[in-house]
Amino acid sequence: MIRTGKTTRTKATTALIAAGAIVTLALTGCSVGQGGGKASAAHDTIEIGSIYEPQNLSASSGGGQGVTEAFNGNVYEGLFKLTDAGDVEPLLATDYTMSDDGLSYTFTLRDGVTFHSGKALTSADVKSSIERVTADDSQSARKSSLAVISGIETPDDKTVVVKLSSRSISLPYLLSYIWIVNSEATDLKTSEDGTGPYTLGEWKRGSSLSLEAWDGYWGDAPKNHEVVFNYFTDATALSNALLTNEVDIVTSVQSPDALSQFENNPDFVVSDGDSTTKELLAFNDKVAPFDKVDVRKAVYSAIDREKLLNSIWGDHGTLIGSMVPPTDPWYEDLTDVNPYDVDLAKSLLAKAGYPDGFAFTLDAPTYDPHPAVAEFLKSELAKVGITMTINPISADEWYTKVFQKHDFTATLQEHVNDRDVVWYGDPDFYWGYDNPQVTKWVAEAEQASSTEEQTAKLKLVNEQIAKDAASAWLYLYPQIVVASSDLTGYPVNGLNSQFYAYDITTK
Amino acid sequence: MTRYLLRRAAFLLISLLAAIVVLFVLLRLLPGDPANALLSVNATPEQIAAAQAQVGSDRPLAEQFASWFGDVLTLDLGRSFISSLPVGPEIVSRLAVTVPLTLLSFALALVVSLVVGFVAAWKSRTWYGQALSALSQLGIAVPAFWVGILLVSLFSIRLRLLPSGGFPRDDWADPADAIRSLTLPVITIAIVMSASLARYVRSATLDVLGSDFLRNARALGAPFRVAMWRHGLRNASVPVISILGIELATTFLGAVVIESVFTLPGLGSMLLRAIAQHDYPNIQGILLVSTVAVLVIGFLADLVQRLVDPRLRASISGNR
Repeated sequence: MIRTGKTTRTKATTALIAAGAIVTLALTGCSVGQGGGKASAAHDTIEIGSIYEPQNLSASSGGGQGVTEAFNGNVYEGLFKLTDAGDVEPLLATDYTMSDDGLSYTFTLRDGVTFHSGKALTSADVKSSIERVTADDSQSARKSSLAVISGIETPDDKTVVVKLSSRSISLPYLLSYIWIVNSEATDLKTSEDGTGPYTLGEWKRGSSLSLEAWDGYWGDAPKNHEVVFNYFTDATALSNALLTNEVDIVTSVQSPDALSQFENNPDFVVSDGDSTTKELLAFNDKVAPFDKVDVRKAVYSAIDREKLLNSIWGDHGTLIGSMVPPTDPWYEDLTDVNPYDVDLAKSLLAKAGYPDGFAFTLDAPTYDPHPAVAEFLKSELAKVGITMTINPISADEWYTKVFQKHDFTATLQEHVNDRDVVWYGDPDFYWGYDNPQVTKWVAEAEQASSTEEQTAKLKLVNEQIAKDAASAWLYLYPQIVVASSDLTGYPVNGLNSQFYAYDITTK
Repeated sequence: MTRYLLRRAAFLLISLLAAIVVLFVLLRLLPGDPANALLSVNATPEQIAAAQAQVGSDRPLAEQFASWFGDVLTLDLGRSFISSLPVGPEIVSRLAVTVPLTLLSFALALVVSLVVGFVAAWKSRTWYGQALSALSQLGIAVPAFWVGILLVSLFSIRLRLLPSGGFPRDDWADPADAIRSLTLPVITIAIVMSASLARYVRSATLDVLGSDFLRNARALGAPFRVAMWRHGLRNASVPVISILGIELATTFLGAVVIESVFTLPGLGSMLLRAIAQHDYPNIQGILLVSTVAVLVIGFLADLVQRLVDPRLRASISGNR
């Protein structure tokens, strides 16, 4: 009895030890055998690293920045295209005419365009795609800009006529954001049916999204056969993946600390492109003390923006003196309108009736870079006698409290879009800037009959909001793309987070 | 034993129901609205209302709960607010990463800690016994993510032996590839886990080594090896097994950090994202699955402990 028991136990022990050994061997053995295999793989598949995973695949139902990055121009195309340089060019529309009163645009569609599902592109698809964005249940960020569209007509398969309730000089530009989707497609949150050079391969949630070159594309075939967006939540992990060649290119580096590893390394190229993302200290212009222009100007002048930008981004990024980034046509250098000048800030405060400063609470989003910016502002403002309390707030809470309820005194926020200075013409927007003259200029600019006129009007807006310090525009984010040095053909500006992948290839 | 099993099963069910209610209520106490994740900074009031109607956050709490609870009973975890993908299948696909990660780490940690803990106790007067003991102390003090970062910088960046993160797109289609991706995360978790486990093994072994029954067995002529096998291990394993259950559950839940360091598409990273987005169906689904897992692990640990230790069987259920 004892003997049998003993033997069984010994066998069991041996088995356990063997099992342990196998696990250990499996873990270490396999790895050594295949070490570094991926680095030598051909670059026919371009591995892209990004931190913006789409929330879903629909731009009009909250897909977010990620779906724009992966799909815009790659899977879906618009009537027009915004190039990496910021120009608007015809894409699915070959030509358009505007009526003399500017209230009717006639677009001619390109021949030979089919959707990935095989159906030919017709004017009905364009009509339904635009209406998808302007629909009642649309969550598109572009919806309000397109409110001027009063009707869409389709006289024949190749012609679309868009009727407007008032002139809209930016219509072609705005249409560059509207994806032309097959009107018969369903379930656009999890699948696609566009006309672009790539079709959706596989979207593995939390990990990657692959795009495969499509041989039915009307234009030039992509220079690669497949691109894969690999998604990261951790900036260090993303840098490591690039260092170890697991990804070939990173669309937008958000952590300056990581850059030093690539900057003096011949295996990588760091590109400093143009960004449209602005870091704002947004005042609530409707509540005290920020309803006074002098108080806002005082706060703006009390902040050493150059030092702030340097502490966040090192040598990258640009200082701006208003909402307009250099890539917008109506840009002017206004950084001197509210210079960094502590004495000026103090005298402005005295003039406004706050010689000893005041106290206020800043709602600061909890994600980077806002906490660091908030701390910096706090110490800068203390120097002119202003006591700032930081209230950390989640992105979601920000939305409810600040954006919807306007229940705030001041806040930090990044505004990513280009050409968004026009929001200062909307007195109901969250920052509550209400200057009837500016509102009028913005409306006139949109109804302008030439781009020169539009540009002139928006320059006036730009100058006025700077004079009024409607907000404190702290700096313009850098747009940094880091790529393996044997890669070519990638976009570097990432305007509005788009990332055209079709020209990327190895040298 | 049957009575015991029934009682345990009832306890499991009640805990689960309590967890479901608590989960639901706690989530709703968070400030903000899940609809916000769908909206941009340019949204109009109509867009906001439409988004709230879409995710159902405009309905009364009780109604939201009733509809969710009803679905759970039919094993339907609903659809994500954000991606509108069904929650159940996504959790299953994430488990394909998290479960192997947890079990492999656990197996490795178990082997390491048994050897280290036993040797540290048995040879506690030698220099290497002392050294092992000190090492395990150090292991407890070190945070897991830091170990992960060190391993990556050594094995991925310097030696280029293993990937720094990620998981094959085709999951387990090529098991060798999947194992390669899991190697560093598994070692990371195992190092930290085995450090604390080894401490328990060591102290349990020390207890047994100093016990009367072992001395008696030796006095009756049993060689050390035999006495240890027949009496020592069985006694030493009782406290260790209950710790093992807790450790296994902790690893399963604690994978969040490691999955983030290694960019693994597991349950932890899914949870992190779901929380950031207020994606209630996803959060509820994940927490429900983890709760079930933890309760079941606890149940199994209890059961194994009772099989090993007859005293427990006698004292709790009164008879067999």
